[in-house]
Amino acid sequence: MKIPARVFSEVIKHLFKKPATSSYPFTPAKPAAQFRGRIDFDSSKCIGCQMCVRVCPAKAIEIPLSKEQPPAPVQVEGQPIVPAKKKFDCIMRLGSCVYCWQCAETCPKKALITTQDFELASVNRKELTRHYK
Amino acid sequence: MSKITIPFGPQHPALKEPENFMLVLEGEQITSAGINLGYNHRGMEKAAEERTYLQDLYLIERVCGICSHSHTTCYITNVEELAKCETPKRALAIRTLIGELERVHSHLLWLGVAGYEMGFETLFMYTWRDREQVLDCLELLSGNRVHYSINTIGGVRRDITAEQKTEVKKRINYLMERTNYYIKLATEEPTVLARTQKVGKLPLDVAIERGAVGPTARASGLARDVRKDEPYLIYNELDFKVITHNTCDVFGRLVVRALELVESYKMIHQVIDNLPEGPIAVKVPMKIAPGEAVNHYEAPRGEDIHYLKSNGTDKPERLKVRAPTLANLQSVAYMMEGGWLADVPLVIAAIDPCMSCTDRAAVWDAKKGKTEVYSWEEMRKMGIEHYKRRGVDFSKL
Repeated sequence: MKIPARVFSEVIKHLFKKPATSSYPFTPAKPAAQFRGRIDFDSSKCIGCQMCVRVCPAKAIEIPLSKEQPPAPVQVEGQPIVPAKKKFDCIMRLGSCVYCWQCAETCPKKALITTQDFELASVNRKELTRHYK
Repeated sequence: MSKITIPFGPQHPALKEPENFMLVLEGEQITSAGINLGYNHRGMEKAAEERTYLQDLYLIERVCGICSHSHTTCYITNVEELAKCETPKRALAIRTLIGELERVHSHLLWLGVAGYEMGFETLFMYTWRDREQVLDCLELLSGNRVHYSINTIGGVRRDITAEQKTEVKKRINYLMERTNYYIKLATEEPTVLARTQKVGKLPLDVAIERGAVGPTARASGLARDVRKDEPYLIYNELDFKVITHNTCDVFGRLVVRALELVESYKMIHQVIDNLPEGPIAVKVPMKIAPGEAVNHYEAPRGEDIHYLKSNGTDKPERLKVRAPTLANLQSVAYMMEGGWLADVPLVIAAIDPCMSCTDRAAVWDAKKGKTEVYSWEEMRKMGIEHYKRRGVDFSKL
């Protein structure tokens, strides 16, 4: 059965509805609680096992040794020498990252912290490489 | 009347993806059409050989933006088959749920594109607005709207809670109501009928001969659906119909997709209501035993085939993807012949083409230093010889 202008009544109805879109930069967009965003780094937990580097599909992470290492703990007499805990940095290339969170799931010490940040675009290329200390 | 050959694509306002059609015209009518592929080749199969099985998962997901879950599920079924891993039932159910949500999102997207191509932009705007609901469902369940990354080797990465279930059901009920309206609209609105009926004809025998898959084949009356023919995941436990239509034109493809949406909503409800309890993933070792596996999956666009060969390391030796669009492109050439030039964008859009899925291989002869094209006969000969070496003789077929 052909009904000409079948959609017309629907169009009229929509004239009295609120727009379906949101004025995004002016009203902030809130992603779902499960949304995968930027990965943050906690240097105090990292043991430098390089698991995240090996598992990353985009090769976006580097875990180098920090330039400034914490001093070795003072040796207590009679006790064996305790080696200094090594400190690691994290270089995250946001431009390469695919935000799959595989690194955060693999990390045995939970040193990679997941966040919901998504507004990461930048006109400055240097800002796309984050050096977490 | 003299014949004119016009190139349609790789860059063309009516074609969203890079692909070239050489159309031979007599006046306004197309007498023959040739298809040239390869403008979107990204070397993914080679790249997969350089990465571990887990890293490949995220690479394979990016073969296509729309059917990202289809490709990963097909790939991961191969990996799990080779690793002889028993995936938990709950993980399979969650994969099915995401797979059906993906089908809904893909078909709604197609409905919008079809509306846009036939000049019915109201339909395009409405369907794409409603598609947001299913994208929200996917974000709610998996975390992402397009590349869901829900699969992992041995199961899934995210569990489903009771609140998520009610939220998804609420949105699906809304979509069900809207889809029923679109079905009415598509079958009663003269604009749609005038633009789609008797356009891009593909009779049943041609569909079989040219190996059409998915909704394109089902719209020609060919009941071909991997979910029914060889059930994977938990499809053997679900109650659904294979939708076919016998008009063999673009209108049939529209109706098949719209009715499939309704079937998908039904399946989503069934999966959510009967979600089995248990763990969502099991541990699988990084290294996979040597072997070969082939699996197929009913992607929204049709049958998707993955081949995987492992060699005992943590990286695959060979991965081959046969996306549904490649199977359907042969039919497009037939559909366009005898049609009008103005219908070309709609006929191409009717198979829901995805060029980033399709462009896979070119034969490069290193000795001669040039690419080669094999004819059908040569391909057939090579195939028969290949199987002969393995002890199967197909030469009499």
